[in-house]
Amino acid sequence: MAMITTENLFTDPVVGALRAGERKATALLHESLDAIEARNGAVNAYLSVARDSARERAAEIDAMSAGERVHLRLAGLPCGIKDVLAVDGMTATASSKILTGYQPPYTATAVQKLMDAGAVMVGKLNCDEFAMGSSNENSAYGVVRNPYAEDCVPGGSSGGSAAAVAAGMAPVTLGTDTGGSIRQPAAFCGVVGVLPTFGRVSRYGLIAFASSLDRVGPLAGNVRDAAEVLGVIAGHDVMDATSSTAPVPDYMADLDKGVKGMRLGVPAEYFGEGLDAEVRQAVEETIERLKAEGAEVKPISLPHTRYAVPAYYVIATAEASANLARFDGVRYGFRAPEADTLAQMYRKTRDLGFGAEVKRRILLGTYVLSAGYYDAYYKKAQQVRRLLAQDFVNAFAEVDAIVTPTTPTPAFRIGEKSDDPLAMYLADIYTVTANLAGICGASVPCGVSKDGLPIGIQILGRHFDEATVLRVGQAVEGLARSV
Amino acid sequence: MENSTIHWRTRRNRRFADLLMTERDAVSLEDVRRVAELAQLELTSEEETRMQRDLSAILGYVQQLNELDTAEVEPLAQISELLHGAEPENGSLRADEVRASLERSRVMASAPVADESYFKVPKVIER
Repeated sequence: MAMITTENLFTDPVVGALRAGERKATALLHESLDAIEARNGAVNAYLSVARDSARERAAEIDAMSAGERVHLRLAGLPCGIKDVLAVDGMTATASSKILTGYQPPYTATAVQKLMDAGAVMVGKLNCDEFAMGSSNENSAYGVVRNPYAEDCVPGGSSGGSAAAVAAGMAPVTLGTDTGGSIRQPAAFCGVVGVLPTFGRVSRYGLIAFASSLDRVGPLAGNVRDAAEVLGVIAGHDVMDATSSTAPVPDYMADLDKGVKGMRLGVPAEYFGEGLDAEVRQAVEETIERLKAEGAEVKPISLPHTRYAVPAYYVIATAEASANLARFDGVRYGFRAPEADTLAQMYRKTRDLGFGAEVKRRILLGTYVLSAGYYDAYYKKAQQVRRLLAQDFVNAFAEVDAIVTPTTPTPAFRIGEKSDDPLAMYLADIYTVTANLAGICGASVPCGVSKDGLPIGIQILGRHFDEATVLRVGQAVEGLARSV
Repeated sequence: MENSTIHWRTRRNRRFADLLMTERDAVSLEDVRRVAELAQLELTSEEETRMQRDLSAILGYVQQLNELDTAEVEPLAQISELLHGAEPENGSLRADEVRASLERSRVMASAPVADESYFKVPKVIER
């Protein structure tokens, strides 16, 4: 695979070309399957590949008349799906042993919408177990490797979703983001990843990690394809009471309008101690070029930023400890053999079924919710969450979007942080705030380190203002393409 | 560059470890066993030791939240309340009408041990 350079940070959009019949679904799927054949053994992005059903569906799409195809917004688009989303007919393991072989009897709404729009399901993608991790080292089915440097992590938890796009194993994938799990791997793998606003995309059929934070969103090789997919999966769903009835705008309408006159906030707190020099340089240069394009760049302050990671790890683990109570060996997946009593069955199943990071988070979440600690930890974290959300309300009164680095460093080496949970949690330092505040965002490639590792810029927007985030992202992509 | 990250991290950890010792006792093995029991997790003794170490470090780090005076701040459990204005009245309530549910046989087929209409588990009540 070619080295990533500033010239090839983005792939050419395919969604419009497929719809217009300029690209063949079967040909594009063939490219994805060839890349899987060549590289999945090393990269380990896919846990399962639905070759036959995908080929069949792609052929059906190609056989359609132009008049039929034009109504399918994602006609023939090969998509990979993170293994925390249910797809009827495919296993869903959440990369956990406790869901070994689980065949969900239903399909997640976001996936159903993709399929209804003509997308072709390629397979299920590896991730950190129950989406808990920042490196994809926590999968029961093996680590995912960064396609640009196989000794490095792809990021997590949607590491398979990002690596698959980077390695050409699918032009578009779905991931989920609870504290950075779409944006951080997108940055590490040099792809576009979109975090929709809380409530913008249905979570029905998502295996829940932390319900007040979890989002479903697209990853793609360019902003336009990501915007096309977001337009399809967004919208209200009667099966998810937290999904919003706010109307879904046409994300393509203003995509190419540029940043002239737009107010972009640059928060000092995201450029402090701990930020890698090359990441800083790439992001600052990109901001300078957006300014040259006519954006008004304003220094802003998000004063509570340093409290985001500690607040996040209290809230996320508290919610996880409740959500993961359902995995008890009774209704689905794995059950430990040789348990004589019900209590023994629960404990042995959960002990053998969950990996170390999942246990750590369940214990932490149970601890912070337990009698005597609830006020000191959980309530305190929720109070700090309001302060963090208020920081953004104040900032968005003055600016239209906020630009920051997505991650403090480029992809780190496999094993580098796996024995130090706190160091791993700090990989999310720039991303967790958006989940706590419910706002939308994206990571878009903006540079390459001297070691050949991609660097991402994070764009954050107001609640339900994905259109502005995508428009800034498209401008960043345009700048990179014109280098 | 990587060095500066590590240096920064270690220095912060030490500061919070100090805070931990002064403000609250570290998590004990007893605490770990207590929450493991609440969470229906069975840990090996190595796991207990490791979790004691990790939970102490993480909760030590979390102590920095106490630098903020939040006495007058309402807790924010989830952000739907901030989205008001974008939502129509009762927007999240669906119509109360009969709809098909999942097919029982397919749901039961996912269970490790089941018959047609029951999940089977080890005996709960002793005769």
